[in-house]
Amino acid sequence: MIVRLRNPERQIEAPGPALVSVVLERLGIDREGVLVIRNGTIVPGDTRLEDDDEIEIRPVISGGAG
Amino acid sequence: MKCTVCREPALIDLRRHNAAFCGEHHSRFCRDQVQRAIDDFDMFAPDARVLVAVSGGKDSLALWHLLKALGYDAHGLYLGLGIGEYSDASRDHVLAFTDAHDVPLVEIDLLDTFGYDIPTGAQASRRTPCSACGLSKRHLFDSAALDGGFDVLATGHNLDDEAAVLFGNVLHWQTEYLARQQPVLPAGAGFPRKVKPLVRLSEREMAAYCIINGIDYQVDECPMSAGNRHLAYKEALNGIESRSPGSKADFYFGFLRSAADVFQTATDDGSEPVPCETCGAPCSGGRCAFCRLVERAGGEPTMVRVDAPTRRSDQGGPT
Ligand code: SF4
Ligand SMILES: [Zn+2]
Ligand SMILES: [Zn+2]
Repeated sequence: MIVRLRNPERQIEAPGPALVSVVLERLGIDREGVLVIRNGTIVPGDTRLEDDDEIEIRPVISGGAG
Repeated sequence: MKCTVCREPALIDLRRHNAAFCGEHHSRFCRDQVQRAIDDFDMFAPDARVLVAVSGGKDSLALWHLLKALGYDAHGLYLGLGIGEYSDASRDHVLAFTDAHDVPLVEIDLLDTFGYDIPTGAQASRRTPCSACGLSKRHLFDSAALDGGFDVLATGHNLDDEAAVLFGNVLHWQTEYLARQQPVLPAGAGFPRKVKPLVRLSEREMAAYCIINGIDYQVDECPMSAGNRHLAYKEALNGIESRSPGSKADFYFGFLRSAADVFQTATDDGSEPVPCETCGAPCSGGRCAFCRLVERAGGEPTMVRVDAPTRRSDQGGPT
């Protein structure tokens, strides 16, 4: 699947199918600091992502924009 | 995962509350938490005129949206900082919000009104950009709230912000800052009442609120924030939160309950500030730090205020 990351903006490939929580774990991303978005909707940790999905892992920790 | 309230599929799980919510019930949860903060800390009355400092980021836009949803008379205040593309984009997000929700906005542009922007102001005054920015924001938020006759100035500081600031202040034993770290700062002559209605909500909950409610906020970070300590404290606290949900709230609310009073009495040195010679804002004598910044940056200090001052010190750090 295609994973869009922010700050800085970039795209990576991740293998699917996999649970959201597993994708985050494999990327070493702390779940408290992000939301995962697919087609404009938040997907929770127990959602199964398919290999042809496109997701955004959006950081929610801000140091500036508050 | 199912919504704790309606059993429909959940979008977000909130482990510290042992709950998961669908979009509708997450929004309701956020409204309840804001109302509870307003009530618990006696922030403002139902008919108060509230000025919300908005940056275009998730927290301040969510706060504005939540206050409107709760029926409050909430006006926005946007400060144009002149930080290149970042500021242009953040203003676009604020204007898109005001268009979509038909809400009143007060706009102040640093360059147009005072002849400087954050990058030039920081350089001219030999401050870090965040220090020049924080000083400008505090001064102009205060004066806009007072000049506009608002009952209260509300900012989008959330639980993560407050816990991270507390963490930094404890780590370095900044007792004077600890004394002021309150969700409500009362009005004094020269200062408006200031409140933080999002203290019961986390950053992740606020971002989710925006996505669920179609609020298109500025995701990109201010370029000046890179590598600041505040972010490192947030990450450290989130590492603890992941292993032990509820830790951030325990840390912050435990401080307010059990320790905040100690610092308040210990740091009250009784010194009274005097009005700035140029603008009338409270300061320690002569001209206030804001007027000195404007002058060094080659601009015109303006906005004379007649109110007598009271004491309040810098908080420091990025926002
Ligand atoms: S990080 Fe925050 S305080 Fe620092 S310059 Fe940017 S907006 Fe201002
Ligand atoms: Zn529900
Ligand atoms: Zn002044």
